[in-house]
Amino acid sequence: MSLIDLANPTRFLALTARVLPWLAAATIIVLTIGLYQSALAPDDYQQGATVKIMFIHVPNAWLSMFVWGVMSIASLGTLVWRHPLADVAAKAAAPIGASFTFLALLTGSLWGRPMWGTYWEWDARLTSVLILFLMYLGLMALWRAVDDPSRAARAAAVLTLVGAINLPIIKFSVDWWNTLHQPASVMRMGGSTLDKSFLIPLLVMAVAFTLLFVTLHLAAMRNEILRRRVRSLQMMQASQKAA
Amino acid sequence: MTALAALIRRDVRIALRVGGGALIGVLFFLTVVVLMPFAVGPDLALLSRLGPAILWLGALLASLLTLDRLFMADHEDGSLDLIAMSRTPLELACAAKALAHWLAAGLPLIVATPVLGLLLNLDMVATGAVALTLLAGTPALTFTGMIGAALAVTLHRGGLLMAVLVLPLSIPVLIFGVAASQAAIVGPMTFGAPFSILCALSLVSLVIGPFAAAASLRHGLD
Repeated sequence: MSLIDLANPTRFLALTARVLPWLAAATIIVLTIGLYQSALAPDDYQQGATVKIMFIHVPNAWLSMFVWGVMSIASLGTLVWRHPLADVAAKAAAPIGASFTFLALLTGSLWGRPMWGTYWEWDARLTSVLILFLMYLGLMALWRAVDDPSRAARAAAVLTLVGAINLPIIKFSVDWWNTLHQPASVMRMGGSTLDKSFLIPLLVMAVAFTLLFVTLHLAAMRNEILRRRVRSLQMMQASQKAA
Repeated sequence: MTALAALIRRDVRIALRVGGGALIGVLFFLTVVVLMPFAVGPDLALLSRLGPAILWLGALLASLLTLDRLFMADHEDGSLDLIAMSRTPLELACAAKALAHWLAAGLPLIVATPVLGLLLNLDMVATGAVALTLLAGTPALTFTGMIGAALAVTLHRGGLLMAVLVLPLSIPVLIFGVAASQAAIVGPMTFGAPFSILCALSLVSLVIGPFAAAASLRHGLD
């Protein structure tokens, strides 16, 4: 089984039909464990119970960038290797990524209200994530602006790769501009500054959200493939009627 | 080389002649700046404080307005296909077209800045700083905007979509352009740091823009 075998959409559909139930089950199990651990995690000495927003907020924020990364790789697949499933992957990922980004912004602002005293602040991290959200929406609009999926795929692929410049800006925004958002504490040189009682639930939640993304993404890719089949069947029918 | 020079000369000439529409950008710029005192009130102290931001926003919107002419006219009369088929690499042709567009539509904006600065009660230093940052920053706007213009041409009805796609990419340019001009006027930062980042943004877009635009043209035209 290699990437080439997956290029056949029928084989892809058959494989994902077998894999998806297991993935969904794994997602539910890990998510349950993560939520249970998050609920049991101690209150922070400064932030009290609101620190638990972190277990939802941080995985969402990670995934918002991870999904754009997946889309960038898929765009390379579209432009360089013309892999037939790459543009399906890129298209299916965009709404999911937009949802993760929106949830990261929403939970962040709900967390910010008790901690910083404001729902929104024009801080570097917040602003760059908001731009990421706008770019997700623009990309989805671009997908819908063109009738022919393969033409739309190549236009969207170029834009996705250009937009990938935003990812390092988001990642390092807290280090370059010293504003309201706290600097990186989990993934940093010299180990995490987070206590184990917070770090373990957070990592479990990150795994759970990644599994959730993979599940949703594969399901959305299946839908997209089926939608394209319906479309080509309709086109065939229409041309038969015309002839 | 002569082909590219000819392309630049042709584009500049078309843009500046009747119906070319390059100078409409300046007119739009003027209108945006004139509208501002009606929106925020004719308080001169406030206007001079907002001045750099207003000028930058006006220039950004004006350059966005003229961007869809970058490939559209050539696409309609078929010369874009000829350019794509010629022996000159499409990336270089895109860069030449963007350069011509900047000469015809971007440079007049910078020339108009001192006059508009007078309307906003900016002093000499502030006007000079804004004009200098626009000189360094508008190439970045043109070259990133070119990506959107190339996408819009291949989409046939992408005019409004182009604005949505291009504006997020131009935010860093806006941030550092205004930051540099504010630093020159009130401090406390030095002018040099944000200004060099602005120049860096222009140089990066000079590299990325032609490749991305040529890629989307090449995929869209066939």
